[in-house]
Amino acid sequence: MSWGFLHHLLNGMNKYSTGIGRIWVAVVFIFRLLVYIVAAENIWKYEHDEFECNIKQPGCENVCFDHFFPVSHIRLWALQLIMVSTPSLLVVFHVAYRENREKRQNQKLYKSPGEIDGGLLCTYLISLILKTGFEIVFLILFYKLYNGFKVPSLVKCDIRPCPNTVDCYISKPTEKMIFLYFLVVTSCLGIVLNLSELSYLIFKYSIKCYLKRYIKKDQGSEGDCHKSEITGHNRPLCVEYYAELLWYKQKEALYMQSWRNLGLRCRTVRGCTAFVR
Amino acid sequence: MDWGALHTILGGVNKHSTSIGKIWLTVLFIFRIMILVVAAERVWGDEQDDFICNTLQPGCKNVCYDHFFPISHIRLWALQLIFVSTPALLVAMHVAYRRHEKKRQFRKGDQKCEYKDIEEIRKQRFRIEGSLWWTYTSSIFFRLVFEAVFMYAFYFMYDGFRMPRLMKCNAWPCPNTVDCFVSRPTEKTVFTIFMIAVSSICILLNVAELCYLLTKFFLRRSKKAGNPKHHPNHENKEETKQNEMNELISDSCQNTVIGFSSS
Repeated sequence: MSWGFLHHLLNGMNKYSTGIGRIWVAVVFIFRLLVYIVAAENIWKYEHDEFECNIKQPGCENVCFDHFFPVSHIRLWALQLIMVSTPSLLVVFHVAYRENREKRQNQKLYKSPGEIDGGLLCTYLISLILKTGFEIVFLILFYKLYNGFKVPSLVKCDIRPCPNTVDCYISKPTEKMIFLYFLVVTSCLGIVLNLSELSYLIFKYSIKCYLKRYIKKDQGSEGDCHKSEITGHNRPLCVEYYAELLWYKQKEALYMQSWRNLGLRCRTVRGCTAFVR
Repeated sequence: MDWGALHTILGGVNKHSTSIGKIWLTVLFIFRIMILVVAAERVWGDEQDDFICNTLQPGCKNVCYDHFFPISHIRLWALQLIFVSTPALLVAMHVAYRRHEKKRQFRKGDQKCEYKDIEEIRKQRFRIEGSLWWTYTSSIFFRLVFEAVFMYAFYFMYDGFRMPRLMKCNAWPCPNTVDCFVSRPTEKTVFTIFMIAVSSICILLNVAELCYLLTKFFLRRSKKAGNPKHHPNHENKEETKQNEMNELISDSCQNTVIGFSSS
């Protein structure tokens, strides 16, 4: 059980994401997880051993280290990676629930269980909000716990049993600071990607909703969903087909334009199958 | 999850690369990543423990080590390898997007779609032309930029590529100028020079690939410009117009059957 598990999780999540979601997964894997495992972990590996205080008093070093590093940077980083990846599970569970429901009732309830619409859209939006929330919370936590993102090379400590104010030296402070800034930048990038995905989804679905309502108003109330004069079949045109109808109307307008460009015009009234110059 | 995961991600891009791109990827994995993991990491493993300063003053060693090695060679190489591999993802994303579009066309039952099943789409190898050419070329360009930037950063930070045996340090709290000794300086120098040499080879491979792609592009353009001279102009126009009309008729017939309002 290690980071490979998270890797599998996020890979599974990739199927149900939008394009921006997939970019976010790639950023998390490569710039955060991979950098953490191959580089950052080793920097903080011996931080306690290499933490040195200018005193021989037993216990002073331990107490001072604990005072200045209540939770080590690297552990906070690992926690952040785990918490930020977990909201994606909500979406995976919801899709599994949908598939289960279809199997139990033995009929097709959804156009596609993995398609982001209806309840799954709400779940997806909630997962995005949670991800962004966790990122922001951890950044604030880092900032508050360590007074900014700088790692000092020297800290002064005067907690018992240190007899008076002693100088304590942190190992590799510059390298740690560089990687902390790297963490902050990738976190901010993650936040930006999440927010843009959120706004993209909200925009896309509000346009869809608006169009559906507009077409519904144009065609009359839902009670008019009966014999269709458009298809010529006795198939009721209901709300979910209005979007499709709009698509066909747009295509028709395009074709009419192309025919006009070629110097043709429609001879028939319904559906152009015959032309005249 | 480690370098193996990167290998899996980039392995997919290999299919759509040129031959020089495939050589580059092999060099990257065998002569850089593998060497880093199995050899270089061991050499730098005890760098701080065995960094010894000629003083008993607590804290002096830490401060001197931090002053001379703001970021360890190993970490810099790891970052360089990650950044240099990342542009290939642009190509992977573009290919995935194209595949997705083709799958959508196939599912809609488009007559223009020439594939027999989804598996064929998944296994198909895309040629590097059109927008994919631009993505691929920009990925090579970014690779070059990252390699150059990291090599320069290396040179700038460590004043060349040699690892000295002895460094003189007088940062506080060291009482005066103390001698500090680096562990395994010769071995580190050898590996540094090796990694720099392989970096340079990778840069050359990228430049060669870039030239190859540009040459191909210009050759293709001159061929396209040359071809229409063989057919008389007006015949070609009539043919394309007829083709367009036929396409429109067949499309509109399909749409009339499915459902189409003329209002």
